[in-house]
This record gives sequence, structure tokens and C-alpha cells, in this order.
Amino acid sequence: MHTYTEKIQALAKDIIKQGKAEVVIGFKMGTIPMASNPFFAKNEEDTDKLIWSSTCGLNLANYLSNVKEIDGKIGIFAKGCDSRNIVTHIVENKIQRDKLHIIGVPCTGMVDKKKISLSFGEEITEFIEDNDTLIVKSATKEEKLNKAEFLRSNCETCTHRNPVIYDELISDLVEEQVIEDQFADVKKIEAMSSDEKWQFFDDLTANCIRCYACRNACPLCYCPTCFVDESGPQWVGKGQNDDDTKTFHYLRAYHCAGRCTDCGACEEACPMDIKVRNFTRKLNKDSFEFFNWEAGLDINQRPPLDTYQPDDPDDFIM
Amino acid sequence: MGNLLEHVGIEKERLHFSWISSAEATKFVDVVKEITEKVRALGPNKKLKKQYN
Repeated sequence: MHTYTEKIQALAKDIIKQGKAEVVIGFKMGTIPMASNPFFAKNEEDTDKLIWSSTCGLNLANYLSNVKEIDGKIGIFAKGCDSRNIVTHIVENKIQRDKLHIIGVPCTGMVDKKKISLSFGEEITEFIEDNDTLIVKSATKEEKLNKAEFLRSNCETCTHRNPVIYDELISDLVEEQVIEDQFADVKKIEAMSSDEKWQFFDDLTANCIRCYACRNACPLCYCPTCFVDESGPQWVGKGQNDDDTKTFHYLRAYHCAGRCTDCGACEEACPMDIKVRNFTRKLNKDSFEFFNWEAGLDINQRPPLDTYQPDDPDDFIM
Repeated sequence: MGNLLEHVGIEKERLHFSWISSAEATKFVDVVKEITEKVRALGPNKKLKKQYN
């Protein structure tokens, strides 16, 4: 059992008992090993089902997008990235700060489940976490893995492991990573020629089945009708055509410009293991370089694409 | 937007942004000429062009 789990259950129980919140959003155990499901704990018995592990990679801020039916306060467990998306929600007026009771969970990274499955080779029947060691079992073998080697790629380069906004904390803050080159992966693509880039993204999206899991897992994608679902006018074809698929990915990425916190929920949700972050990463890099902006750090700051400054870069206008 | 399109492999000379007032006819002509020359030099676009078949 992960060290946070007991604390989380106790804290959630306390919150519901004292009426600090009507519901607490966290994770519960999934039905297969290495799976965790987002879960709304509504009463004291429910809180016993809450868990915390390195498989809780989805972004809980996503569940704050449409919670108008909950009258009281909402408790929510938030890792560094979740908390940044909560800030983004507050900035975008999706939810009011005083409606939330945020329990910060300092994070040491989430694991890449697909990477573990691939390296293990067999069907995993049990997955146990012991601090930095992951114990993976199948019917015939057992392996001990070092968690640091199996982090998700966005967790490897994460510099905001601690929550940026919270009412209480589950444990002491953890040490932040120092990353020498935050955007090495983007620079690698930027160095390619136009045709190589085109080929790179062609290969990247080749397996996309247009299930929209990436969009659904993303806390930023809360439009009542997404542009890909719209039928009048129909902005983009709904089939498996390469160009339609790409149009979806490009535009979705662009809608996240200056808002994306690189939480990795899109890649976590993708059933075809497409590295969707390759699209949003470029926009994160541009936001950082042009506007010195990282999304979701301060509820009092307006995002760069929402404001005008006389010194905004404009070299692209001829 | 321009940067993202360039990032995914559309040649950056294909996409232009300009700010032209309705009173600036000559600027409009100059810009259109310049763009046409640049795009002609690149040849026809083959990317993000849906094939209906």
C-alpha cells in the first residue's frame, strides 16, 4: 500500500465528517493491476475506497469542469499538475476558488504503465509499490523495478511536483527537480527539415483511431460541443482520413496554447500509445520563450493569449 | 499558429500574416506579390490536402 493511501482515507473521512466538503474527488483501485479510477467519495464509507499510488496519472481537475449540480464545497486531491489545472479552471472562471477544498499531494512522478507492460513482457497479475521500487508479478515470474526508470516522460522533466494551490497538504513538500533543458525533445523536432517534420507527425498519428480519449481526459477540453463533434458546420471530417486526424490533433493542441500544464493525461488515456504531447509541447515551449509563461501557477495572472502587452512579439507580421 | 504549422512540417513561407488598412492599396499589392513569389518558389502544396477517392 502506498504511504499516502492511509493518510488520504483518514483526511477524506475527516473532511466529509466535518462538512468541509460535500464530496471528495480522488482515485480508487481499478479492476486490473496498475489501474486506478477517478472516484467521487460522497460519504464516510466511500472514503475507505480511496487510494493513492504511482498509477494515479489522470488529471482530477478534469472532473471540476461540469460540477454545477454539486451545491456544497468540493474536496479534491491534487498533484502538482492537477493543482495547476485547478488554477487554470479558476482563471478561466470554470469554478470559484471558494467552492473548493484542495488537498495538495506532493508527487514524485507517475509511472508509464505501457512502458512497464512492454518491458515485463508477460501479463501482469499483481503490481505492488514500495517507495521507489515497483514489484511486478505475473503467473510465472516476479520482477523488482526501479520507479525512476519507468516514470512517464512528462514526469521526468516535471519542475512543479508540489501543488501550487492548496488548503492542506498530505505530506511535506518534495524537492523539485532541476532540469537542464526543459524542451530538448521539441528542439530535436525543430531541427528537422519540413519534410522530415511532416513524416515524423505522419508516423506519430498513423495509429490514431479518433477515439478522442486524449480530449476527454484533458481538463482543458471542456467546450460543450467540441469542434470535431460539430456537424453544422462540419469543420473537420469524422473518419480515419490522415489529414482529418491531423487537423484534429493540430487544432486540439492549439486550443491548449498557453493553458497546457503538461500533465500527461492525454498520453495516459491514449489506447494506441500515441505521444500526443509532441503537439502541445511545442506550444508550451513558445509560451515560455515568448511570454515567459508557464500555465497555472498563479490565480491572479491572466494568460498571455488573453492579454495585450505593447511588447508582445510581432515579428511574424510582414 | 504559424509556429505550430511550421513545427508539424508546413513550410513557413506558405503562411503569412500582415496588417493592412483599407486605405493602403499599394501595401496590399506589394504584400500579395511578395507572397505569390515565395509560394511559387516552393511549388504546389502536398501536405494537409485531403484526397477524396
